[in-house]
Amino acid sequence: MTTMATPTQSTPDAQVPHYNPKSESAAAKRAKSTIFHVVALALTAVVLYPGLWMIASSFKPNAEIGGANTSLWSNNFSFDNFVTAMEGIGGVSTLQFFTNSLILAIGAVVGTILSASVSAYAFARIKFPGRSIFFGMMIATLLLPFHVVIIPQYIVFQQLGLVDTYVPLLIGKFLAADAFFVFLMVQFMRNLPGELDEAARIDGAGHVRIFTSIMLPLMKPALISTSIFSFIWSWNDFLGPLLYLNTPDKYPLPLALRLFVDQTQSSDYGAMIAMSVLALLPVLIFFLVFQRYIVEGVSTQGLKG
Amino acid sequence: MDARAGYTFLLPWLLGFIALTVGPMISSLYLSFTNYNLFDPPKWIGLDNYTTLFQDERFLQSVGVTVGYVVFGTPLKLAAALAVAMLLNSKRRGQGFYRSAFYAPSLIGASVSIAIVWKAMFGDSGPVDQGLSFFGINLGGWVGNPSMTMPMFILLTVWQFGAPMVIFLAGLKQIPNDLYEAASMDGAGPVRKFFNITWPMLSPVIFFNLLMETIHAFQIFASAYIISNGEGGPAGSTLFYTLYLYLRGFSDFRMGYASAMAWLLVIVVGIITLIFFRTSKSWVHYSGDAK
Repeated sequence: MTTMATPTQSTPDAQVPHYNPKSESAAAKRAKSTIFHVVALALTAVVLYPGLWMIASSFKPNAEIGGANTSLWSNNFSFDNFVTAMEGIGGVSTLQFFTNSLILAIGAVVGTILSASVSAYAFARIKFPGRSIFFGMMIATLLLPFHVVIIPQYIVFQQLGLVDTYVPLLIGKFLAADAFFVFLMVQFMRNLPGELDEAARIDGAGHVRIFTSIMLPLMKPALISTSIFSFIWSWNDFLGPLLYLNTPDKYPLPLALRLFVDQTQSSDYGAMIAMSVLALLPVLIFFLVFQRYIVEGVSTQGLKG
Repeated sequence: MDARAGYTFLLPWLLGFIALTVGPMISSLYLSFTNYNLFDPPKWIGLDNYTTLFQDERFLQSVGVTVGYVVFGTPLKLAAALAVAMLLNSKRRGQGFYRSAFYAPSLIGASVSIAIVWKAMFGDSGPVDQGLSFFGINLGGWVGNPSMTMPMFILLTVWQFGAPMVIFLAGLKQIPNDLYEAASMDGAGPVRKFFNITWPMLSPVIFFNLLMETIHAFQIFASAYIISNGEGGPAGSTLFYTLYLYLRGFSDFRMGYASAMAWLLVIVVGIITLIFFRTSKSWVHYSGDAK
């Protein structure tokens, strides 16, 4: 990851004594730095406000969420909304929705890691006829609006009796359908020195050996980025489950949330927002823990959130 | 050349490509010329779906809504991303913190949770309405007001400026500092530096962001579905293209019609991509030919 974009920090001015047209006094520098932080902090407040509002509201009684009370603070903070939210909806407990989301997300990570790494190895390290054509097609699928495939896919899964199972949601992950991850891994592998496989081949190792014992261990950063993003994408996915799942006890969190919105309407805002917070919690924890990997992954690979 | 090993390793992707992309694309092209409701066999009707589309007021409305969103939302989002990236592109302390804080919305912005929050925040007497009335602006809830729903969705996408910002920031760091120093010595001000150094040096990154963000913007779904309760209201003002496609295909079970919509989207996105690549020659500079 870091191999692609190593920030070329210029050397500090002190080391290279040359003419600096903008040599400023220490006071001017401090003033500039203060302005920078004031602007950046103000922006941070605006950007984080929806999140803070959401968290604050989830602890507030319903009457205080709307109405004349705009402050984030309340004197009546309580966990009541979370208690209600954990009870679930439609006779299914929220813990069940969590479990379902987790099964889908872990399935997505396992499938994507297995299929994308193997396919990427073919693109990056094996010369075979048709490779560049297929590579071009893979890139093209990155730009393809996937709505063009959902109707026939639905028809096929419906005829196979697989609607209301997790198969339609996971099969694509095991067939490297998220081209972004294949592309990411190809880019990563291309940056690994070719001498590695040549040396191994001279020693008589085949592609399977080279892939499993040389490439995979070296690809750890790419595999981590892929795992994080495929987990989060699956966790937040709404359209897939909306199309394929019908029975509430199979719902992942985003669908459960929709059910919650439909059934309670605005009557229990607090619980609805508490459940939204719960649904985002794993993503936020992931972000706090893997921040560096996530932001680096975006900046070097152009991954979307 | 190692055809056997190559295709063996490629197998997962190749299977998926054929079974989940090429096959379905061909069938949806076929279906787009038929009347199909999932239960009776498809009936060939030629170009009827396509001609009906252009007389379908709801379809035309969904095109209008989506185009408005793409045309206003994407440039605003990218402008915010570039401006903030330039602000952060310095050796000041706290840069990493700001970068992460600004990026966070991109990770969750398209989720159902955030759509619910947005709806609550922009609803009647929500914090946005309250905050604006403090300044004497009384718009009421944005969610129920057909002329305010679009600004609300544009704010939602602009709020997610972090992902393109991080990419811009990586690009800005690649621009050699000597260029700016030399320009300063020649007496160039910040505006000239921006247009003569930053913009051309960053143009490949700008191009990448513009292309990806535009294509993504066409496909907004979950937020529109949740905020409008899956109906595209009020008065069709949030009837985004993919939402209408979903309603036609999976509520009315007019799958031929929805397939025609899907193919039209592919064609439009394809044409836009092509135009982007064609025009890019005049404004995108790759480091190879800049030197």
